[in-house]
Amino acid sequence: MRKLDYSGAIREAMSQEMERDERVFVYGIGVPTFSKIFGTTNGLQEKFGPERCFDTPISEDAMTGFGLGAAIRGLRPIHVHIRVDFMLLATNQLVNMVSNYIYSTGGKLSVPLVVRAVIGRGWGQGAQHSKSLFSNFTHIPGLKVIAPTTPADAKGMLTAAIRDDNPVICFEHRWLYWAEEDVPEEPYETPLGVGRILRPGKDVTIVGLSWMNVEARLAADILARRGVSVEIVDPRTLVPLDEKLIVESVARTGRCVIADCDWVNSGFSAELSALVNEKCFGRLKTPVRRIGFAHTPCPTVRELENEFYPNAKTIVRNVEEMLGLEPANLDSEDFFSHERRFRGPF
Amino acid sequence: MSLPLTTVGSSLFLDETQKAKKYLMSLVSEGVSQAVSTGLYKSLFLARRSEEYIVKHYPENQMRSPMHMSMGQEFVSVGVCSALEGKGDIFASYRSHAAFLAQTHDTDRFFAELYGRMSGTGEGKGGSMHLAAPDSGHLLSSGVVATQIPVAIGAAFANARLRTGRTAVAFFGDGATDAGVFWESVNAASLFRLPVMFVCEDNGYAVDTPRAARQTFESLTEAVRPFGCDVYEDDSGDVESVYLLARRAAETARSKRRPAFLNIKCCRFLEHVGTGEDWHWGYRDKEATVRDWIARDAVITQRRRLLALGVAEQEIVALEGEVESIVRRSVERAVAAAIPGPERLYAGVFHAKA
Repeated sequence: MRKLDYSGAIREAMSQEMERDERVFVYGIGVPTFSKIFGTTNGLQEKFGPERCFDTPISEDAMTGFGLGAAIRGLRPIHVHIRVDFMLLATNQLVNMVSNYIYSTGGKLSVPLVVRAVIGRGWGQGAQHSKSLFSNFTHIPGLKVIAPTTPADAKGMLTAAIRDDNPVICFEHRWLYWAEEDVPEEPYETPLGVGRILRPGKDVTIVGLSWMNVEARLAADILARRGVSVEIVDPRTLVPLDEKLIVESVARTGRCVIADCDWVNSGFSAELSALVNEKCFGRLKTPVRRIGFAHTPCPTVRELENEFYPNAKTIVRNVEEMLGLEPANLDSEDFFSHERRFRGPF
Repeated sequence: MSLPLTTVGSSLFLDETQKAKKYLMSLVSEGVSQAVSTGLYKSLFLARRSEEYIVKHYPENQMRSPMHMSMGQEFVSVGVCSALEGKGDIFASYRSHAAFLAQTHDTDRFFAELYGRMSGTGEGKGGSMHLAAPDSGHLLSSGVVATQIPVAIGAAFANARLRTGRTAVAFFGDGATDAGVFWESVNAASLFRLPVMFVCEDNGYAVDTPRAARQTFESLTEAVRPFGCDVYEDDSGDVESVYLLARRAAETARSKRRPAFLNIKCCRFLEHVGTGEDWHWGYRDKEATVRDWIARDAVITQRRRLLALGVAEQEIVALEGEVESIVRRSVERAVAAAIPGPERLYAGVFHAKA
């Protein structure tokens, strides 16, 4: 098997599906132009022509309705937003139209629309280029929401999303684009709604979302050296959620940290926390903990940005407190820095 | 109630004076066969009669959904949908009773949906504002102003790509042209050269706010023209005028591969939402509205035209009787139909593959 990075995995999923099914097309602001959405649309216009891979005016609202219209009339669009922040302009269509089209027609119509949204941290991206907004969309019935972490999952889940007859929003953290791992060359589907245990353990469950699984792995390595066994659960799909996998893991470990790369207040971490509290109450040895962004707009200056974002260290400190351990000296640990690009695999 | 109800079976125009004859002949439009004229009247009458049933039965509180009545504006959607001969993909607003019936003639599913029945267009989950018959080319009507417009351009894109021979149509009021997404859609459709029809049912008011209080440009039609659309305006208030215009616009849109914008002046006879009149609101002048619009009601004009074409009065009466019984039976069926059981609540949030 060959290694492929996350960006290449996304591109390969789209390319193979476009090859397999002429109805699939990809569009959005800047999709075929020079940035190629972090390389994820590289070569697609050359291969499939401007009718199936094209740029749009900066009209997110109209272009989302456009995707809906194309989807209900026989095509399978993939709409790409280079920042989820810009997708807010599409919210009216996503929330008022796309999400209830199937229900209001008594299930007669299918809406095979995929909306890809880039999330996450760059450096100095500030308040309008850095959001995640998972819960803005998980809140809405009728939308499937996925956030693959690994390249292999990215390819399999995006493939499944493109083949799905429902609207699917795919969140991609931009730091994951450089993650590499073995990815099968042939097309395959990783079913939506099925989570994955990324690392088995027995003392504490970390439910990680998107990038935070990378931080969780580093935290788990650090904690392992102190004899703490961490289980990492990646839901991968937020809606429909694999509740069983999470509940069973926490029932085993008795402890749960939810590591989200989003604001904590009314965030998806609150939903996960409620789930664990409702379903594992008698098994919990300590209260559930949630990790996420500081409840401020995202600051631009690096020093404050570092305070704003949680990382592996945040996870380690939380686990230590849950287990009643003295805080370890982490001075010699090598935490992730954007300057040293992550290459993966997970 | 002084509703502008049509009077079934009465002689609307049997004056045999010369003046009357001249008027009658002026109604005959070139390029429209008698069969088409009759079909247009039937569609108009179907929409009008159906809404009259709503007016009559709404107070019984069994149709529990906000009604935005088409009454007075039916000629716009009847003209356009008839011009496309069933090959339209219709994206309409919450004021879409007439568009739905013009496109589908399906009073059974229409009334069942209004009554919230399993046999309705969306098994009662849609209601008056969300009518849908995708198999007949009426896509889901939308209750948020202007939201249906961009969906139509996507459908136009799919129709072009898949060569379905269908023409996507967005119906919307002039209030929707206040919204940014209207202009985004006009621009994108022009840029992508999509043969979509933007049909503005321009009744001059967004609820009760007149256009002058909302828009600075003098002419909406002229504001749209520079985008690269073909623009058309019609203030005839006449179904055949709209029919001919829509036919021409659709042909041009298809052959030139670019959108058409049709600004059709019309008048909403009833209140914005609800089944009553709204003269007491005071935002429009009753006398002028009756003079300019209600007195030349398109439904009555079309009936007169049929007489002018030589269709016998009793033939028209028979047609009206037929429509009347279709509507009555649909209402009866709807009332008797099954109400969705509680197990339907969670059904159909996501599409299940057959």
